[in-house]
Amino acid sequence: MPHSDTPEPYRYTLAERLYLPLLGGMWVTLRHFVGNLLGRRTSYTIEYPEERRAYSHRFRGHHILTSRPDGSLRCVACFLCATACPAECIHIEAGEHPDVNVEKYPVVYDIDMLRCVFCGYCVDACPEEAIIMSNNYDMAFFNRASSVVTKEELQKPFTYDQARLGYRPRYPEEEEQRARARRELQAGRVDLVGEARRRQEAAAAGPESSKSAAASS
Amino acid sequence: MPTATIPAPPLLDSLPEGSVEVVEGLDQPTWIVRRDALAQVARQLRDDPETQFDLLLDLCGVDYPDRDERFEAVYHLYSLPRAARLRLKVPVLEDDPVLPSLIDVWTAADWFEREAWDMFGLRFEGHPNLRRILTHEAFQGHPLRKDYDPARRWILTEDKIYKPNPQPTGSESVDDMFERMTINIGPSHPAMHGTFRVVATLDGEVIVASEVEIGYLHRCFEKMAETHTWQQVIPYTDRLNYCSSFINNVAYCRTVEKLMGIEAPPRAVWAQMILSEFSRIMDHCVCNGSTLVDTGALTNFWYMFQPREEIYGLLEACCGARLTVSACRIGGLLEDLPPDFEARCRHLLETVPEFIDDVDKVVTKNRIWLDRSVGVAAISAEEAVDHGWTGPCLRASGVDYDVRRAYPYDLYGEVDFEVPVFQGGDVFDRYRMRMEEIHQSLSIIRQLLDRGMPDGPYIVDDPHVALPPKEDAYNQMEAMIYHFKLIMDGIQVPPGELYHMVEGANGELGFYVISDGSGKPYRIKVRPPCFPIMASFSHLMQGGTISDAIATLGGLNIIAGELER
Repeated sequence: MPHSDTPEPYRYTLAERLYLPLLGGMWVTLRHFVGNLLGRRTSYTIEYPEERRAYSHRFRGHHILTSRPDGSLRCVACFLCATACPAECIHIEAGEHPDVNVEKYPVVYDIDMLRCVFCGYCVDACPEEAIIMSNNYDMAFFNRASSVVTKEELQKPFTYDQARLGYRPRYPEEEEQRARARRELQAGRVDLVGEARRRQEAAAAGPESSKSAAASS
Repeated sequence: MPTATIPAPPLLDSLPEGSVEVVEGLDQPTWIVRRDALAQVARQLRDDPETQFDLLLDLCGVDYPDRDERFEAVYHLYSLPRAARLRLKVPVLEDDPVLPSLIDVWTAADWFEREAWDMFGLRFEGHPNLRRILTHEAFQGHPLRKDYDPARRWILTEDKIYKPNPQPTGSESVDDMFERMTINIGPSHPAMHGTFRVVATLDGEVIVASEVEIGYLHRCFEKMAETHTWQQVIPYTDRLNYCSSFINNVAYCRTVEKLMGIEAPPRAVWAQMILSEFSRIMDHCVCNGSTLVDTGALTNFWYMFQPREEIYGLLEACCGARLTVSACRIGGLLEDLPPDFEARCRHLLETVPEFIDDVDKVVTKNRIWLDRSVGVAAISAEEAVDHGWTGPCLRASGVDYDVRRAYPYDLYGEVDFEVPVFQGGDVFDRYRMRMEEIHQSLSIIRQLLDRGMPDGPYIVDDPHVALPPKEDAYNQMEAMIYHFKLIMDGIQVPPGELYHMVEGANGELGFYVISDGSGKPYRIKVRPPCFPIMASFSHLMQGGTISDAIATLGGLNIIAGELER
């Protein structure tokens, strides 16, 4: 047999026998302890839900069904999303649309959030940009029935507010624009938690400052 | 790069005529062996100095209902001294699906044979314990057979649950001993890192015999893959080794790309390598962190999880998810890299080593940890190979085998890295190995960043493989048709079969895929690196205490998602 049949375990050095390296370890923990005590945050713990992590513009969260300017759904019930879904969580029933140019619309459009794996395949598949994802990840249900969300609920959070959108089709020029905004915001430093904290502080300070501004004017 | 030498046919003279048929495979030589000759061929392949196939990588069944000989048992072998690969196929009849057990030749065959029995009903004669392994005791039929309905459910009632009662096989009489105690750890136990059940018989504090039960997280990934398109399998692969799901994505996509004869563009390969190495770092951090927390060194868990948190942030910026990334597509990436990708990677390269060094300072030379880990669950190189080990655990036993070095895929041939090897084969060396590999991975990432990000597309420009850009799909008829065809019918992979492997965080992660050209995989078999490692857990625990067993389990990095698929 070409391989050795006896393991050779590590041999302790004299310092290790005398427990000396423990002092170095204690210095490390002391450094972290004092650092955290004096406010130099070296921990990444976020105090959710007061603090929130700032996710990227690609975050795959709760789905959104987008609308046309008149408020109707863009979805034409082509079933591509339901076909592409590896978890088989999308249920669509198609109906005839009064407008002949649109032809079809979904009478029922349900997503079972407990089955969904948030892979984003539905967004990739959609030929109408009718389904996109938000960066909302707060999804808690008290029973299984309420985990099935209907098209009304999926349409509700629809907004073009950049801060609330997640994974969706993107175009190169848009990407550049977003990158610039991000660079300006962070000035080269990647600090997700800090960003979240700043945003939260700004939100807390925001209404008051705007109120005082209104009063002074 | 060592070229795989095609092994010489074994001493065929001593075998009856026609027992071995040599076929050229797409990827590696394949021998079709008659089952009567299997035991002899296997033994010769292992012992013959010309071949020396000492590592049984994988064993799986395949079902071909249209063939006369319906089932096929497929063995994947690797020869460490000769760096050669070989696939053995053994066809058997439906009425008589019996093969000789190879457990005497390679101990690794133990659980693999149980799995093939469970999934296909192949009976291995001479196997001492041919029970179901992934499904439960009340399960009827064999789920990976083509005629098994995937929607069938079986209920396990309490009276049918298997009750293990491991007894030592030694010759000592019970009268000499104190009363023995059998204790049950898991399946739901914080030290079990997932859901496994270990039943151990103790003599005082020493484990004299034990039995491991797995299958609590079995979701039949392989059956699900057969009912979905090639593209749809990617989110499932995330859930194999969920600590480093990106590597699974890459492994699967590479395999399918190879089978289709396409290559991902350089930009995608470059990014996939960087993110794979970051995933490896993350996986090692989780493994070492949890081993340390199991042995009482809680602080290190937090230090180890901080780099992981940052790496998750990078992955999320690239693909929109932290844990189950689904970031790769066949032929490239899901999306182009974010513009601040390089800056973020550089930032990580600066911050990750700080935490690793902190852990290094706290525990690596700390005698309390050394006493818990040095010499614990030591396994020799020979035994580790016999048990089918790969990856960091095998290298900790002194065998210099790393897929990235032995078969440099992607750009691994062009970057400079070392394959660390330790000789102890114990918990401490597995820990040291992972710490060292983190540094090697960081060095690989640094070299890749220094090479600069290649320009060009992030996914192949082939409408039969990759979805056309969204603007084209909205505005051009042709792109629209391709878009619909690709979603409705899936990627059309030409018929063929292939085994491709990458170095996963736990060892050789292989995908054996068979396509029949129908648009869905005919069979996908994952070679899970921690399956053979877990199979030898009983053997490792023998003679240790319960606390040793806990430390051992942490150090082996068993991931239930990958183990039970």
